[in-house]
Amino acid sequence: MPDSLIPASLIDDAVNPVEPFLRSDRMPSIWCPGCGIGTTVNSFARALIESKIDLHSLALVSGIGCTGRVAGYVKLDSFHTTHGRAIPFATGLKLANPKLNVIVYSGDGDLSAIGGNHLIHAARRNLDLKVICVNNLIYAMTGGQTAPTTPDHSTTSTNPYGVFEPAFNLPHLVEAAGAVYVARWTTFHVRQLTRSISEAFQKKGFSFIEVISPCPTLYQRRNKLGDGLDAMKYYKEKSKVRHGAPTSEVGLTMTGEIIVGKFVDRDRPDYQTMMRSQYAESLGERFVEQTEMVCS
Amino acid sequence: MKADPRGVLTGIHFMDGDHACCEGALAAGSRFAAGYPITPSTEVVERFASRVPTVGGTFIQMEDELAASITLQGAVWGGAKAFTVTSGPGFSLMMEHIGYAAMTETPCVFVDVQRGGPSTGLPTLPAQADMMQARWGSHGDYEIIALCPNSPQECFDLTIKAFNLAEEFRVPVMFMMDECVGHMTEKVVIPPADQIEVVPRRHTHQPVDEYLPYETNGNLVPEMAHAGEGYNFHVTGLTHDERGYPNMTVPVQDKLVRRLQNKILQAADRLAMFEEQQLEGADVVVVSYGITSRVAQRAIEAARKQGLRVGKLRLITAWPFPDKKIRELAANVKAFVVPELNLGQMVREVERAAAGQAKTFAVSHAGGGVHNPEDILKVIVEASRCQTA
Amino acid sequence: MAKGRVSVVVERCKACGFCVEFCPTKVLALSSAFNSKGYHPPHVVHPEKCSGCDLCGMYCPDFAIFATKIAPGSGGDK
Repeated sequence: MPDSLIPASLIDDAVNPVEPFLRSDRMPSIWCPGCGIGTTVNSFARALIESKIDLHSLALVSGIGCTGRVAGYVKLDSFHTTHGRAIPFATGLKLANPKLNVIVYSGDGDLSAIGGNHLIHAARRNLDLKVICVNNLIYAMTGGQTAPTTPDHSTTSTNPYGVFEPAFNLPHLVEAAGAVYVARWTTFHVRQLTRSISEAFQKKGFSFIEVISPCPTLYQRRNKLGDGLDAMKYYKEKSKVRHGAPTSEVGLTMTGEIIVGKFVDRDRPDYQTMMRSQYAESLGERFVEQTEMVCS
Repeated sequence: MKADPRGVLTGIHFMDGDHACCEGALAAGSRFAAGYPITPSTEVVERFASRVPTVGGTFIQMEDELAASITLQGAVWGGAKAFTVTSGPGFSLMMEHIGYAAMTETPCVFVDVQRGGPSTGLPTLPAQADMMQARWGSHGDYEIIALCPNSPQECFDLTIKAFNLAEEFRVPVMFMMDECVGHMTEKVVIPPADQIEVVPRRHTHQPVDEYLPYETNGNLVPEMAHAGEGYNFHVTGLTHDERGYPNMTVPVQDKLVRRLQNKILQAADRLAMFEEQQLEGADVVVVSYGITSRVAQRAIEAARKQGLRVGKLRLITAWPFPDKKIRELAANVKAFVVPELNLGQMVREVERAAAGQAKTFAVSHAGGGVHNPEDILKVIVEASRCQTA
Repeated sequence: MAKGRVSVVVERCKACGFCVEFCPTKVLALSSAFNSKGYHPPHVVHPEKCSGCDLCGMYCPDFAIFATKIAPGSGGDK
């Protein structure tokens, strides 16, 4: 009998398939009602199941912000680091233990503002990291300030008269910086997100998955866009799947079309492959490949 | 545990402090460094970049010090002994992550080859003006250990010590060199690996379902696990409890922060390393460290030739400050003379620890060069003549 | 005859409404009951329509609901 079919007699002992990935002793989470971050975690956990990835090989690193709290809720080796620096921390983890599958799970402000420099360099280097960027278009944790991704004319607490700066188009940015896998979904696209995450696990190199997610308490409310459910309905209605779309064309506006899909899937050698081959070429026999760094 | 011979460049060398520091790190078992170039420290990681692919490890030059200072910590949690190297402006950038290492109890070494400041200051010239910053630079209450070498030989020996202390106490250790010691070339003897003691990672042997990452069981230092071993532990810079989970309440904060402090302070006497000379019967004790201690030696000898009873206390451990030693001396001497390449930093600690029992005289120098021994001698003479407290 | 059955972890629910909205067969509605935080968790109003697709489970941001498929001929729903 397939695992997913349970006899009725055992139904009351049924367990949420993602429960083994949660720190159940910390539920319910601090995220607001209608916040989409938990939905992304759901999709992520299902990707772990589907891809049959060795759970012991996983390490998850987050920065600061609402999405940063993901690290504290997943039952994996997880690191809640400093604002903007999840990617360099993840870099150290991966270089010290190349067998690890290192996931960076952080928000748009954390990754593209204070962390922007690290984002572009990691993409340039093509480090083998899987970055899940939950983009709720705002700095949520600190009360709703403008982020580099906040759409034009939105109201935030630091742009009370409306944002007038152009917003980053994150897929375009990371593609230009060198990422080998770039996708965007919204929290409405739960199955596609799971699939993208699974694909990223198969990919060697810098993978970036942006997930548009509602922030009902701040972004939605201040801009009179309703609650989390209203955002989800907007995503459903206005998303357009365009795999392979030129990333220059996928910028976001406050109420306009949301282009989603897998935009970039290309191959180039990852950082560690290039490092090894350069050393082997220059040093020949003198090159000593780094073995386990574990010191105990 | 003995050092891994693959990282030990046994032999008699003629090398500068920066290079010796790199060899010390390799001898200590470090196989990972993340760095960013800054004069006068760059040579440490340049040598590491050249050595480590032939020993088996990784160096990465990161895009800035903000990254370097946390990349090394990721490597630590991935299993490596790791360090970075910088000078004043980079040290300032690293402060948040020094605090993160203290809070998460990540064993690691930060080397600061001090140069003139503040700001861009004197990139190629010595100073000792980051000493207070080493102790207080990050926000919040925490303790660190800081060591001061005064020769290339000590740059080798004490770097090993720095790594060992980092592992023993699970704390970031500040290795406070200065441009002079870093760029001075002297004989450095590197012994065979089996004569070098290294402290291994304080790794847990608890089974997976019983391990709590910040449980100390009455000790002060918890046991560590690495990513990828199945422990599924959580590390956060937020105030956390024994489970590693954020627990932002007054009692948990009190318990955690006091333990972070106590694990160092309660070992302060054991950690205090210094070089002492003729302290018995001294009227004046010259307290110095780093390159200044070598200039002070000349002044001390000149003073003794004049018949003055001058003792020398060279600080090897700057933090935690050796309160007990100073207090004991203060009861028996007239005065302390504290020459520093700054406008008065460690002298404040001497004065505090002396608690009025002896006078304290600073010999300050704004940096950019070293003292003239005559300037230190002048103050030693003045101190000898002062009225007893 | 239901092909699936929904389980609700009442205390985790924050009544966001995602599960109610996105259930393809409209099995759920927010109940008038309260959990201890004051939210109205969902309840099953059309159990016979549940296919066990677990879309409710996939959408839930709070891991408060999931559906499991019932094996055919195992005794059906109670």
